[in-house]
Amino acid sequence: MTALPTHTEKKLGLVIDLDTCVGCQACVTACKGWNDQGQGLSDQNPYGADPSGAFLNRVHTYQVQPEEGSAQIIAFPRSCLHCEDAPCVPVCPTGASYKRVEDGIVLVNEDACIGCGLCAWACPYGAREMDQAAGVMKKCTLCVDRIYNENLPEEDREPACVRTCPTSARHFGDFADPDSKVSKLVAERGGYDLMPDLKTKPTNKYLPPRKKDRPQEASLLAPLLDIKATGFAGWLDKVLGKI
Amino acid sequence: MHPAASVIAFTVLSGMGFGLLAFLGLGLPAPEGWMAFFHWGLGYALAVGGLSASTLHLGNPQRALKAFSQWQTSWLSREAWAAVATLLVFAPMALSDIFGLGLPRLIGQLGAVLAVLTVFTTSMIYAQLKTVPRWNTPITQGLFFSFMLAGGSILSGNGKIALIGCALTAAALLAAFAIGDKAFGKAAQTIGTATGLNRIGAVKVFEQPHTSPNYLMREMIHIVARKHADKLRLIALGFSCVLPFLLLLLPASPALYAVTATIHVIGALTARWLFFAEAEHVVGLYYGQR
Repeated sequence: MTALPTHTEKKLGLVIDLDTCVGCQACVTACKGWNDQGQGLSDQNPYGADPSGAFLNRVHTYQVQPEEGSAQIIAFPRSCLHCEDAPCVPVCPTGASYKRVEDGIVLVNEDACIGCGLCAWACPYGAREMDQAAGVMKKCTLCVDRIYNENLPEEDREPACVRTCPTSARHFGDFADPDSKVSKLVAERGGYDLMPDLKTKPTNKYLPPRKKDRPQEASLLAPLLDIKATGFAGWLDKVLGKI
Repeated sequence: MHPAASVIAFTVLSGMGFGLLAFLGLGLPAPEGWMAFFHWGLGYALAVGGLSASTLHLGNPQRALKAFSQWQTSWLSREAWAAVATLLVFAPMALSDIFGLGLPRLIGQLGAVLAVLTVFTTSMIYAQLKTVPRWNTPITQGLFFSFMLAGGSILSGNGKIALIGCALTAAALLAAFAIGDKAFGKAAQTIGTATGLNRIGAVKVFEQPHTSPNYLMREMIHIVARKHADKLRLIALGFSCVLPFLLLLLPASPALYAVTATIHVIGALTARWLFFAEAEHVVGLYYGQR
């Protein structure tokens, strides 16, 4: 049913730490690899001149210029935020899109999806991509086929992107539990929502990059470059400076 | 937004079709026999043709019947119900006009109300989207209703109403251009709010996440040919409103209405193309594009 639940027992989601993310794209690859084996994520012309394909996770890179100091480069992973008030769900005409009452995961029932694309239009975050081969909408499932999968070793029962992240920039957990790791991270680090004005109430939170502990200088080598010439070179430096 | 030919054809043709059917339902005019057959036939052909064109952009059209299930939340589902209900309610009225059965006009009047509701549901599919600020205003409903009125009155030969319809359409188009151009700025979403990095400073794209365009970019970011937008706006306005208005001032004849309708359709298709091509989705912000 495409009516959103008023309350979900758990609020499963991700915390993405923009301070530690290095933009290595491992999460993109792990996500594609796992979900291509499971639900299927087709590519079109993958080895040709104009490759294209459906991905559930993309890593952007931004340059941010603070008012003072030099610019920062920030890698920014973007995937479904499993919003509490997910705008993609109620627009679905077939009931294929739904939000689970038990854990809050937003899913697509592919057997009911007609591929109209309206859910992708309704999502501000670009979380949904059409599988051009299957003609149905694809999105992050929070690896629902891993997190409850008792055939997997316990340490693997988390989303593929989280499991693979080499810098532990991605964390998975229940936001409904104030004592969970993710809830604590959000509280300690000032985790925030994307485009909060749109009132989607995203479950996933982003942790802002930490403040630098010293002012950024042009180069770490800069103090070393201020070398006073001595002897003949010093005399030459003085003379040439006066001419 | 990507201006898909099937969706443009669907919204323009079905809008005109439901407009024509509404006038016929109200008995304006109330033709008989073969004339009734051609009038009602044209209305049904446009409405049904438009609806079937809309299934062309679906990934899995064989499951289209499932789209009737979510009327409680989805405007697209409500549109499906409204369209089918309208076409069913009009059917006895059409048969009555064609075969002279003398059924009460009330059936047609009920159908006309449903036809207006159908066009309203179509407009709401676009107007509900907060992600596309240009559409997320009541002007969107105004556009769909005024085109329904103008198209329907021209096709049904209601000259005086068509003059009003053309004038209202022109006003709606001008308002849509004026309000729409400011809508994205008013929605106040930027690359800074999209990433939340505005809390650090001024954000710009350093590197794109992928080397060739994906579904999101093809579907939501349509920059090509926006450069001709000013000329196309004039064409849309001239062909859908101004020229038909002037032609309708001439002595009425079936041939004149045919010419007027053709010119109006060209203008309406251009206007609808612009409706999509000029609409900017907030997801473009992540790519530093609109």
